[in-house]
Amino acid sequence: MAALTMYPDSERLDGGNRVAFNLYIITAVTLFVLMMLLGLTMRLGQATWLSVPPDLFYRILSMHGAGMVGTAALATTAVMWFFLRKYVRLHLWAFLTNYVMFMLGALCIIFAIFVDGYGALWTFLYPLPVHGMGLWSPNAAALFMLGYLLIGVGMLVFYLDAAAGIIRVHGNLGRALGLQWLFRGTIDPDHPKAVVASTMVVIANTLGILAGAVVLVMGLVNIYYPEMALNALVAKNLIYWFGHMYINATIYMGVIAVYELLARYSGKPYPISRPFLWSWAVSTLFVIIVFPHHLMMDYAEPPWLVVMGQVVSWGAGFPVFLVTVYGALTNIYRSNMRWTMPSRLLILSMFGWAAGIVPAILDGTVRINLVMHNTQWVPGHFHFYLLLGVLPMALALMFHVIGQRADAPPNTAADRLGFPVYLIGGLIFVLAFLDAGHLSVARRMATHLPAWTATDEVGSIGAILVVLGMLYFAIRITVGLLKAPARGEPHGGTANTAG
Amino acid sequence: MILQNVVWTISLVGMGLVALGFVYVIRQAGKPADDAATRKAAHTSNLLRRWLFGSLLVIFVGGTYATLHRFPIAPQHTPLDIHQVVDVVGQQWSWQITPDTVHAGSPVEFRVTSKDVNHDFAVYAPDGRIATQTQAMPGFTNKIVYTFTQPGTYKVMCLEYCGIGHAPMTSEIKVVAASGG
Ligand code: HEM
Ligand SMILES: [Cu+2]
Repeated sequence: MAALTMYPDSERLDGGNRVAFNLYIITAVTLFVLMMLLGLTMRLGQATWLSVPPDLFYRILSMHGAGMVGTAALATTAVMWFFLRKYVRLHLWAFLTNYVMFMLGALCIIFAIFVDGYGALWTFLYPLPVHGMGLWSPNAAALFMLGYLLIGVGMLVFYLDAAAGIIRVHGNLGRALGLQWLFRGTIDPDHPKAVVASTMVVIANTLGILAGAVVLVMGLVNIYYPEMALNALVAKNLIYWFGHMYINATIYMGVIAVYELLARYSGKPYPISRPFLWSWAVSTLFVIIVFPHHLMMDYAEPPWLVVMGQVVSWGAGFPVFLVTVYGALTNIYRSNMRWTMPSRLLILSMFGWAAGIVPAILDGTVRINLVMHNTQWVPGHFHFYLLLGVLPMALALMFHVIGQRADAPPNTAADRLGFPVYLIGGLIFVLAFLDAGHLSVARRMATHLPAWTATDEVGSIGAILVVLGMLYFAIRITVGLLKAPARGEPHGGTANTAG
Repeated sequence: MILQNVVWTISLVGMGLVALGFVYVIRQAGKPADDAATRKAAHTSNLLRRWLFGSLLVIFVGGTYATLHRFPIAPQHTPLDIHQVVDVVGQQWSWQITPDTVHAGSPVEFRVTSKDVNHDFAVYAPDGRIATQTQAMPGFTNKIVYTFTQPGTYKVMCLEYCGIGHAPMTSEIKVVAASGG
């Protein structure tokens, strides 16, 4: 069965493709380690184990937020590219343009934060960027926003190239999503899940980035023509529309790794199905309209939007639990699962997503948001599915590729140690945040009340473990990618077909 | 039980169930089945999925009704006819709360706005837990209606990051016993 070849020829990385992939991945793992060190610094500061002055704390928070979101997007874009290029024609220049724009944007952001003192966080919530109160200048805010625009443009280039490739093969985006099979018809068993997921991401995140571009340009105009004031509520809606879709797109790009790789490690086919198509169709709609759950405490927001935010937040659980995660578990149940680094990470990613969505959905309830909004409950749930969901998806592909180079799935003793360190550290870290949220500890505060430091200390210990685990992964992956490919280029290593 | 504890308990149970499901499947993952057993497992799995779908649907419909049939946010555009009114203005980095003393036992209407950037007016009960909150957004006035049950000193904190003075941006509201009237 072709689908179960462990390292198919069509995924071969040669020439420019290999250089591009390595650039993405080595940049991503390096940035992950650096951003995690910043995260650890904040946690240690909150625990009062380290003295972090507030101005530095908020700059670190801005860098960590923007840096992590951007890096997650970078890494998962590489996941999408890696698989989508098998099914539709993608241009290497588009993929590389995204990388170059990302790096230019990152430079602007780093400069804005660490040289110009920008500290209005990754959400640049209007009008804070122009009210730095002497800590940062409007120019710093402008540079930060320019950085975002550059990154957004790069991403759009990649998405447009992907959209063009998809349309060339499937006719239009609706057919690529498989909408024609929602109610009737025989589903083409070879219709790639990677195409379905990529199409949803292209649709949703293009809208998101355009919304972001609108509010960024309005913000930039306002910086230099302050008399052109924005409506704060409209700006906030646009910012969260953009922000929510941008970070969620990382999950939907990352999960392609699960669809593509899991069956190779379990040895059991993982076919496309009608529930699968439904779940993606519904998720496409949901991810576009769920953002008002960020504005539940803005009582000026029209109530119907708030209600929609709650109902859709709850509804978003259905496709995740019933299709994606359930499907993955069904696939490995009574299979011939080979537990190596890629397969462990794939299953971890499903767990992180499914478990992390529980506190997320609860927080998307107006009544609950009333007492949980902007507490550490929020970083609690999103770190759950980012740290233990999205990152493992991307890491799984990285380990898979270094396995391809070595001609066998990675599973050294050090790997077997690194994985639980990351997992246990991650659980301690996210549960400490959630517990803090339940105790009403505010998020985004440089200094905590004395009553709050217990969870900060526990969280710091978890964070230290995560950093150690990630540092090991980063080195292992970088070394593995730079190593000369095993004998010629990867063939060999067929998956264990069951029975 | 206060709401935060309920939510924490539901979360722990929910995440725990997810974890149990994973542990169960992972324990079965290395034991390949023959064709007959595979078909049987696929059948059971479909059945279980329907059952799960049904339960989630019940939770979804029931939960949505229970949490929304009385909309938790006070009407913002109609006069509320409430006798205790408190005006709250946030600015970088202080609160102006007038009056700052209210009576327990009867509803208080907070009218919350901001002079500069976004803030969030959060009232912490004496036990350290958030009692209620709303955003303070420039150009808008958000109205909370809240009835204090316990007299005491309530701490006000800012829950929307607003610059370097965000964490120390605190204040107090005194809640005194009902005025027997
Ligand atoms: C060792 C790993 C990590 C540590 C120690 C860490 C630590 C932190 C801390 C302390 C905060 C601020 C919490 C607060 O509001 O009080 C934070 C916020 C955040 N983190 Fe992490 N984090 C880690 C990993 C990640 C990962 C992997 C991602 C995403 C892929 C991420 C994305 C974010 C985002 C988006 C924020 C919100 C920033 C904001 O509030 O503006 N973090 N993190
Ligand atoms: Cu504040």
